[in-house]
Amino acid sequence: MSLWSELNRNVFKRTSTFALVVAGGTFFFERTFEVISVGIFESINKGKLWKDIKHKYEE
Amino acid sequence: MAATVGRICGARLLKNYGLVGPQVCQLSTNAQGWTKSRKLLLSTLGVIGGGAGALLFALEQSVDASGTEAHPYHQPWSHNGLFQALDHASVRRGYEVYKQVCKACHSLQYVAFRNLVNVTHTEAEAKAEAAEVMIKDGPDEEGNYFERPGKLSDYFPSPYPNENAARAANNGAYPPDLSLIVLGRKGGEDYIFSLLTGYTEPPAGVVLREGQNYNPYFPGGAIAMAQVLFDEAAEYSDGTPATASQLAKDVSTFLRWCSEPELDDRRLMTIKAIGIFSTLAAIVYYYKRHKWSTLKSRKLAYKPVSKK
Ligand code: HEC
Repeated sequence: MSLWSELNRNVFKRTSTFALVVAGGTFFFERTFEVISVGIFESINKGKLWKDIKHKYEE
Repeated sequence: MAATVGRICGARLLKNYGLVGPQVCQLSTNAQGWTKSRKLLLSTLGVIGGGAGALLFALEQSVDASGTEAHPYHQPWSHNGLFQALDHASVRRGYEVYKQVCKACHSLQYVAFRNLVNVTHTEAEAKAEAAEVMIKDGPDEEGNYFERPGKLSDYFPSPYPNENAARAANNGAYPPDLSLIVLGRKGGEDYIFSLLTGYTEPPAGVVLREGQNYNPYFPGGAIAMAQVLFDEAAEYSDGTPATASQLAKDVSTFLRWCSEPELDDRRLMTIKAIGIFSTLAAIVYYYKRHKWSTLKSRKLAYKPVSKK
């Protein structure tokens, strides 16, 4: 029994579990995607952002 | 809804042609392709559209070449580029320049002290900046207007109560509000930088009137604003040497931020859009191959009808 048909039988076939997987998948996808994008942005702009200089001005 | 659409478009829109029918039509050498009049229409449209675009481009170029003003150099701004955020240390220094020099004449009425928080200043610092200025407020219970120290929610106070007062104090010229000046001038921050550093003696033959100065980057050349940035014209709190070009660079970066505070978000969005759209493109590509695999690998066999 391959992983795919296993998934098909147990998850995708019933609407309730399918919807649950869609919602959960969206959440985890958005989180990872956001973290990766922001990570790229901050590494490209290292030293220029407010978060890189704010330690100089905070007590 | 569907019924309305059906009535308007006739039965054709809703008719089920089957999946394969139209694709076979497209692939067959037998298909007629575009009719002659349709080809004519589309090529006419193409020629007109392309011609209009080329004309606009040519006109724009000739306008550029016709003026007497110098065109600003493209400076290597650290926020140039698809992914480059603003240099916040520079924006902070630029704010100091605005505060010490430009504020005497120019308003910045669409920027509030709260906008500085977590961009150039901490919340406590921004509060202190706000508290330094007096804001006109009122009316109070007795109907009087009064002055109070600024709060985070206040916008930057203007140096003059109205345009007439500003003109009266500046030889009839109005120092424009700087909030959106970078978007409002051709060349953006390149222009601001060139303008601030570009003052020269007027060339022979150019006559300036009382109170005018010569600046080759200003359209017409005669500008009512005198040169304001010199070495040490302002003081930096972070110890950066305050040369005239450094001051001009920082205040231009600051004004870019004023005009486009969402710049950093847009750069981040670019990264996100590239990520999302390349994922989607990969999925669409796979899905297309998947759906077409049956079509492309099939074989049509014609069985001759046997004669009895
Ligand atoms: C002494 C008053 C004064 C000071 C200080 C001053 N300006 Fe001006 N500025 C003016 C006046 C007046 C004009 C209008 C000039 C005109 O229309 O001829 C002007 C115009 C401008 C313009 C618009 C030019 C255009 O293309 O229309 C910009 C940009 C500008 N100033 C930037 C600055 C910056 C940045 C600073 C601070 C470093 C500054 N100014 C300081 C008086 C001042």
